[in-house]
Amino acid sequence: MRDMFSEDRERLKELGPGAMDKTARNEAKRARLLKERLANNTALAVLWVAAGITVAALILIILYVVINGAPMISPKFIFTWPHGVSAKGGIWPTIISTLYVTGLAMLIATPVAVLAAVYLAEYAKQGRIVTVIRFAADSLASVPSIVMGLFGLAFFVEAFHLPMSMLSAALALSLLMLPIIMRATEEAIRAVPRYIRWGSYGLGATQWQTVSRVVLPWAMPRIITGLVLAMGRAIGETAVVFYTMGMAINMPLTPLESGRSMAVHLYLLAVDGINLKAAYGTALMLMLMIFLLNMFARYIQRRYRKVR
Amino acid sequence: MTPATVHDSTVYTVPLVAVADETLFFVRNLEFFYGDFHALTNVSLDIHPKAITALIGPSGCGKSTFLRCLDRMNDLIAGTKVEGSVLFSGSDIYGPGVDPVDLRRRVGMIFQQPNPFPQSIYDNVAYGPRLQGIRKKSELDEIVEDSLKRANLWKEVKDILSKNGLAISGGQQQRLCIARVLAVEPDVLLMDEPCSAIDPTSVQKVEDLMAEIKEEVTTIIVTHNMQQAARVSDYTSFFLQEVAGEPAVLVESGKTNDLFTNPQDKRTEDYITGRFG
Repeated sequence: MRDMFSEDRERLKELGPGAMDKTARNEAKRARLLKERLANNTALAVLWVAAGITVAALILIILYVVINGAPMISPKFIFTWPHGVSAKGGIWPTIISTLYVTGLAMLIATPVAVLAAVYLAEYAKQGRIVTVIRFAADSLASVPSIVMGLFGLAFFVEAFHLPMSMLSAALALSLLMLPIIMRATEEAIRAVPRYIRWGSYGLGATQWQTVSRVVLPWAMPRIITGLVLAMGRAIGETAVVFYTMGMAINMPLTPLESGRSMAVHLYLLAVDGINLKAAYGTALMLMLMIFLLNMFARYIQRRYRKVR
Repeated sequence: MTPATVHDSTVYTVPLVAVADETLFFVRNLEFFYGDFHALTNVSLDIHPKAITALIGPSGCGKSTFLRCLDRMNDLIAGTKVEGSVLFSGSDIYGPGVDPVDLRRRVGMIFQQPNPFPQSIYDNVAYGPRLQGIRKKSELDEIVEDSLKRANLWKEVKDILSKNGLAISGGQQQRLCIARVLAVEPDVLLMDEPCSAIDPTSVQKVEDLMAEIKEEVTTIIVTHNMQQAARVSDYTSFFLQEVAGEPAVLVESGKTNDLFTNPQDKRTEDYITGRFG
């Protein structure tokens, strides 16, 4: 058998004693590096796959809705009424009903939530009660919306004798939005740097002057983000409005009129297979509205960040 | 030349009345606590009006804490406690019935971090006057211009008054904050390391303006920079926390020149010659 290491042995002799150790050490080091690189690459691959699945799921859903819904979208679809048993035509009253009830819910929820947050973050003595209130808000946020709908029906419609209407639905929706806006506002207020408050107090401002003129404006971008998140939640909400606003197709004028939101319309069209095409079209419109809202929130944030 | 006075642990027995016109702030046996932590002990100090007093000392020696005692800014930190007397123009600022809001209108404060509000430059300066109910445009215009001039900022911002106060440089922001305080015509200006986060040109302008407003406003400045203390101040007080966890003390105070050339206390000498801190 040919001695395949003779050359190496010669070289080792030339290099002198200790060289063998060195070579072996280098070999071991190289092997370890290789192993580490392998582990690193494996981890990277796994992370890539995980991230890829997330993005792919999103793209799939969007593509699916766009491909199925896009052919439906036209001025006629947006601006005309549905007609006939199979709901041909457009979805105009459902868009208006959705915006109406969401806007009304915002009007009810925002002042309550923002003022509650101001109280919690600025005025309340931090302790047991604040913890309890915060826990209650978090719990409220995690109540299943179907339960909230049932409560809305039982409380506003049955107990308070409100009709199935924009108002009842807006009240029920505002319960859903309340904790979202409140927590976002509270976080936003807490994030205002201490020295900004001190600047105001240092000029002889009272607590309310400081809160209303400095703290809230400073926190505004993040509060608006919270508002938009809550709006998105309300626009897409089905169970709550189904229970409290009904499903009559109607163009609401007063808050005491009923109506059918886009989400409910979509549900009704799809569940019995009445008009799947129109269902996809409605779904796409719903997604577009929420997308625009999110873009708006980002725009506001960026505009404020420019000066920070 | 009066020699610098040395403060030791002797308890003062001076009756609590304003001793003389010479004193604007009359502080005796001040103790300060952050919750359980005893931060300052036995601080007694007279602050002279129409002069600049520098508070020096290593980090964590309580000089900023002491400064905030003078306009009750420490009230805003939960769990703090003050003992001893702080007389401002002869009246006890920690006495019953004293509203810190009123006090802070007379004692303005500048912080290490420039803290303009997210509003226009004009609105920043007009903030204080508006709090006091001044609404007339012409009057506000005058106050804004005058304050910005006194803060050495007018030339740089006179054409961009509607620009956001956060959009100008850090040094300009700090002078904006000074203008904002000067707009409420305070008797005293407390400055907590106002120059440590800004550019050298602005530092120069801040030091200039301190000298320029000296006749109207008494300034107390906390600084890490001994050269700055020596340059700008008339009086200097040296604070020191000798043992970590123990309360800090006022080691020595006196005329700046005396304290820097002829310190009475060994610890002061060690500090100003750069042996520690």
